[in-house]
Amino acid sequence: MRELTQEKIAFIKNIANDVREEVIKMLAEAGSGHSAGPLGMADIFAAMYFHILNHDPKDPLWEDRDRLVLSNGHICPVLYATLAFAGYMPLKELKTLRKLNSRLQGHPHRASTPGVETTSGPLGSGLSQSIGIALSAKLDNKKYQTYCLMSDGEHNEGNTWEAIMFAGKMKLNNVTAIIDRNNIQIDGFTENVMPIEPLRDKYEAFNWHVLEIDGHNIYEIIAAATEAKAIYEKPTVIIAHTIPGRGVSFMEKNYLWHGKPPTIQEAKVALDELKKFRTK
Amino acid sequence: MINPSAKLNKKVLTQKPEMTPIRNGFGSAITQLGEKNKNVVVLSADLTESTRAEDFSKKFPERFFSVGVAEQNLITMASGFGVSGKIPFACSYAVFSPGRNWEQIRTTVAYNNSNVKIAGHHAGLVTGPDGATHQAIEDIATMRAMPNMRIFVPCDAVEAEKMTIAAAKIYGPIYLRFSRNETPVITTKETPLNPDKAEIFYDSSLKKSRKTKKGSVLLVACGHMVYDALLAAKELEEKDIASVVLNMHTIKPLDEKTLIECARRCDGVITAEDHNIIGGLGGAVAEALAKKLPKRMELIGTKDVFGESGETDELKRKYEIDSKAIVKAAEKMIKETKRKTAE
Ligand SMILES: Cc1ncc(C[n+]2csc(CCOP(=O)(O)OP(=O)(O)O)c2C)c(N)n1
Ligand SMILES: [Mg+2]
Repeated sequence: MRELTQEKIAFIKNIANDVREEVIKMLAEAGSGHSAGPLGMADIFAAMYFHILNHDPKDPLWEDRDRLVLSNGHICPVLYATLAFAGYMPLKELKTLRKLNSRLQGHPHRASTPGVETTSGPLGSGLSQSIGIALSAKLDNKKYQTYCLMSDGEHNEGNTWEAIMFAGKMKLNNVTAIIDRNNIQIDGFTENVMPIEPLRDKYEAFNWHVLEIDGHNIYEIIAAATEAKAIYEKPTVIIAHTIPGRGVSFMEKNYLWHGKPPTIQEAKVALDELKKFRTK
Repeated sequence: MINPSAKLNKKVLTQKPEMTPIRNGFGSAITQLGEKNKNVVVLSADLTESTRAEDFSKKFPERFFSVGVAEQNLITMASGFGVSGKIPFACSYAVFSPGRNWEQIRTTVAYNNSNVKIAGHHAGLVTGPDGATHQAIEDIATMRAMPNMRIFVPCDAVEAEKMTIAAAKIYGPIYLRFSRNETPVITTKETPLNPDKAEIFYDSSLKKSRKTKKGSVLLVACGHMVYDALLAAKELEEKDIASVVLNMHTIKPLDEKTLIECARRCDGVITAEDHNIIGGLGGAVAEALAKKLPKRMELIGTKDVFGESGETDELKRKYEIDSKAIVKAAEKMIKETKRKTAE
């Protein structure tokens, strides 16, 4: 286990902030894409790639790497930006998001981008794929952990629940699901469009170990991931309560920012605001 | 020249016509249907605004059902409505519906012969920057292979409105295919629309003072590619190649009669669609011609590859599904048929 110091937490926080700035710049440059989800998940992505995951940016296909499967593919700007800071690609490549001939597709594509484990965008199929990957690890006697990052909206999909049921049946302890519980989807707030509460009870009824955290608290994110690995008899889900659009006040908690990018002007305002979060 | 009885937008080949997303025609049609027919219900899978179901949802909240991100539930619920005297319109993106829920459509809609209208939005490469995961290029093929299913692919917003209204009047499963982006409006309220009949939009032979032509091609197109076919026809005219443009808005059942009549007058046939060249419009036309009137053919569409992120025009150029590609295919075809007759 890597040592977690106050300095390391501050470092990860700053990475998350850098990631947010890049997300804003990429989206403004692309002129389309999703803002709220990526900003809300920046802390978790920074904690994953800068502390939790065993991985090697110089060898993206290293056999023993931990796998991070992004199920809700539309938030990929946060994945791409974090991968760039981690060294998987040059930062300047982020500007090519959603453009013709780019490695950075509008939704993640395994064959295009180093570090991207699965192709996604269509919701609700990430957890099943993670289970296939995790079961392969068991067959191969590999120790890597598979992390599935999912959204609350995709809990509307039957496929998600089929996977939850299966992992419970198998007591699959080498999968950790992390849910971006940001309370929004496209048509509105999740509890208005399709209520998924009580989410904790549902997972528990399907034989999962459930942890709930503040998805912006680096310490809680890392502590939960550590506990999840230690739970031996069940799969673990971390319900991460996040604020969609986190860090940009005019985007926060507003579902209308689910699927649109900031204009150039809005991006300037957003970047000014994000600067203030930097801790030195 | 433009077929005058098609009553197309006068600007279609002289200036740039107005641009409107094809899906907007669907939106205005379901609102009109909602007003006239109490049995019309609309279901949406968390894409209410972008599938243009928003207006209906506000005007008829008691007949609007938001199922969340759940396309299998969307279509099977619609199936239940369809066997209970209702006319359900199930709205999502084409990759998800009729993509994700294919077997549910097969059993509970098509085989069950339920009166379901599947509105598949954001079809084709022109979905653009979202990338290949969101660009349905197989949906015509997968729906066409299913008994009982009709397939409508309107060429612009005006035709989309008419076809949606027509779909409500026909009992049985219908797949309506729409695209996301701004598309030239080429038809008018007066343009005839009969779902059983393909329309001739352009016909060089209608021009009295026509010169001796190098040869002639039939361009069969659907969806937004109809505009590209018209642009190609105009360019081919300048290159001394005659053409007929057929708007094949209904892929199934295919109007074989009009197809054969037009093909008979031409040296070869070119199909144009924003879909894979396997199993779509091109496949349907090839199957019909192979039985009754084998012809030299070229198929314009994505060449059995997935798309990628990019702007609409860039993608159409790169994947060769634009008027340029049609012109190129026509020139190649005429050259080859001439060489053959010379041999
Ligand atoms: C199978 C499928 N159906 C529909 C969509 C369209 N879609 C994209 S994002 C989204 C909203 C889902 O909510 P969530 O993932 O919670 O979004 P966020 O919190 O990032 O706003 C929908 C319906 C999709 N990507 N996949
Ligand atoms: Mg959400």
